[in-house]
Amino acid sequence: MAGKKSARAESHRDLLRQMLRIRRFEERCVELYSGEKIRGFMHLYIGEEAVAVGVSHALTADDVVVSTYREHGHALIRGVPATTIMAEMYGKATGCSRGRGGSMHLFDVARRFYGGNAIVGGGLPLAVGLALADKMQDRNRVTVCFFGDGAVAEGEFHECLNLAALWRLPVLFACENNLYAMGTALARSHAQTDLALRAAGYGVAAWPVDGMDVLAVADAAARAAEAIRAGAGPHLVESRTYRFRAHSMYDPDRYRSKQEIEQWKKRDPIDALVASMKAEREITDDDLAVLEKEISEEIDHAVAFAEQAPVEPVEDLSRFVYSETSETSGRARVGPVEAAS
Amino acid sequence: MSAANTITYREAMREAIREALRRDDRVFLMGEDVGAYGGCFAVSLGLLEEFGPERVRDTPLSEAAFVGAGIGAALGGMRPIVEIMTVNFSLLALDQILNNAATLLHMSGGQLNVPLVIRMTTGAGRQLAAQHSHSLEGWYAHIPGLRILAPATVEDARGMLWPALEDPDPVLIFEHGSLYGVSGQPGPGQVDITSAALRRSGKDVTLIAYGGTTGKALAAADVLSAEGTEADVVDLRVLRPLDDATIMESVGRTHRAVIVDEGWRSGGLSAEIGIRIAEQAFYQLDAPIQRVCTAEVPIPYARHLEEAALPQVPSIVAAAREAVAS
Repeated sequence: MAGKKSARAESHRDLLRQMLRIRRFEERCVELYSGEKIRGFMHLYIGEEAVAVGVSHALTADDVVVSTYREHGHALIRGVPATTIMAEMYGKATGCSRGRGGSMHLFDVARRFYGGNAIVGGGLPLAVGLALADKMQDRNRVTVCFFGDGAVAEGEFHECLNLAALWRLPVLFACENNLYAMGTALARSHAQTDLALRAAGYGVAAWPVDGMDVLAVADAAARAAEAIRAGAGPHLVESRTYRFRAHSMYDPDRYRSKQEIEQWKKRDPIDALVASMKAEREITDDDLAVLEKEISEEIDHAVAFAEQAPVEPVEDLSRFVYSETSETSGRARVGPVEAAS
Repeated sequence: MSAANTITYREAMREAIREALRRDDRVFLMGEDVGAYGGCFAVSLGLLEEFGPERVRDTPLSEAAFVGAGIGAALGGMRPIVEIMTVNFSLLALDQILNNAATLLHMSGGQLNVPLVIRMTTGAGRQLAAQHSHSLEGWYAHIPGLRILAPATVEDARGMLWPALEDPDPVLIFEHGSLYGVSGQPGPGQVDITSAALRRSGKDVTLIAYGGTTGKALAAADVLSAEGTEADVVDLRVLRPLDDATIMESVGRTHRAVIVDEGWRSGGLSAEIGIRIAEQAFYQLDAPIQRVCTAEVPIPYARHLEEAALPQVPSIVAAAREAVAS
């Protein structure tokens, strides 16, 4: 029993560490944005960390992740180094997309992280196709596709749920329902606001879950992933969550009340996990301080890496429009930039 | 040419798909009615029976999903051939084609190439009216990251698919609907997908055409020849990247150019070719560049109206006469 209990505590510490990494990384990003080190659109995940961390907990290194433009957290948890993420946001050559993507388009194929898609719903067909390729090549992988409540209004959501169900593809549809499509509340844009119900019409098993509870998300994702690996076809996990910050750095956040935001902050997924871990005597304040220090060092290192990173030469502007091969046959082999993590 | 050696454009395309399916088990065909129906233009007739439903995949009427799934499958190591019934329907998948297929390689800093082939029917002439008849390949030729092919001959219909599948990047093949029944020799089975072709040589004027207008340009050249005017006919074959060298070489010899394009004139492919000639061969020109394009209307149904809307042999001949008279 003692072994089981300590394994559980270890798992909780890992979940906490991952959520904290996202939170602290993004808090640093805000400072860097204010300092004009990071530009363009930047969308923060703060408040929603339990979703990425809980869902990712169900994955192996061989699984595939397709994400949205609010993807710093997904990328970090997938193992994309904080250094190359930060360098990308700085627009540097050693960024994970060589400075061509920015905050919204992080990619790392070596970690099976297929991006950073900023067309709402646009990643779903890619996930269906990646899963189709796995199925046709007899690879037992799960493809996770993160998307928000806004994407459920897009035609691609409906087309893709049908197609994935029709072909019994190994896709875990991870819906991050944060209640707002940019500034439009769910109830202002959906006749049926129970999003899990929408999937049921396509024969896709769909479970709503408390997206502020990382253990609940992890449990639902694990059950879904297990069923998918067993050949049960696509599943949808709708995590009901909330973003504490505005939609993007440009958003004055006029469409929701301060009280509403404060109410949700009381359910902060990190605070909730820390409280339950303390109650179970799984963590002490000293442990927390050590964890915070480690994370702070990781982020300091990432910022230093990005600061000193070279920029892509302007002469390379038109690279990667077409593949760089010596002839027209054969796949391009231009790998991601390797960087110390 | 003996009749025994000839096949139709449709059969050539089918043979190309069959060969690809046999040659590489990563290749599969996917689209609306490609399987049980045999393809809406009967291109894939019999392939479902031969290769089974895994590799000849009927899809729901979900262009964005199945084109996007083709992109995803290509990222996952497959070599999909996605068929879209007509170019008008491809607009439902334009997001996937532009924002993903054409963009992922660059946006990912070189990590994600998309070895995908998308085939679709284009063009008018069959009284299918305004939602099945347009020639929008020029729009696609606007997009960096894509290679755009327009096979005008049976040989190209047979030979372009395999090199397109070998291309590490997305290739769109536009098949003019009026060509499926045309017969010709299939050739050795593989052709280059980088250059334009000189289909006829003449010293007096260059007719530049592609796809469905190539045959009309050749017919116009015959009419002109009877009048003593000899035309070069350049079949573009590849609409992106354009083979400027072949165009300029021809215009450099004839000093007169007529561009024939079934797309609309304003902001279209003919405008692009015209300005390239102006940029690169201005001092070679002895006459203003002429264009023969589709009238700026949605394609109408009635036969006489549709015919009047499209480039035709007499309008090409008239434009060439104008160029030569200057």
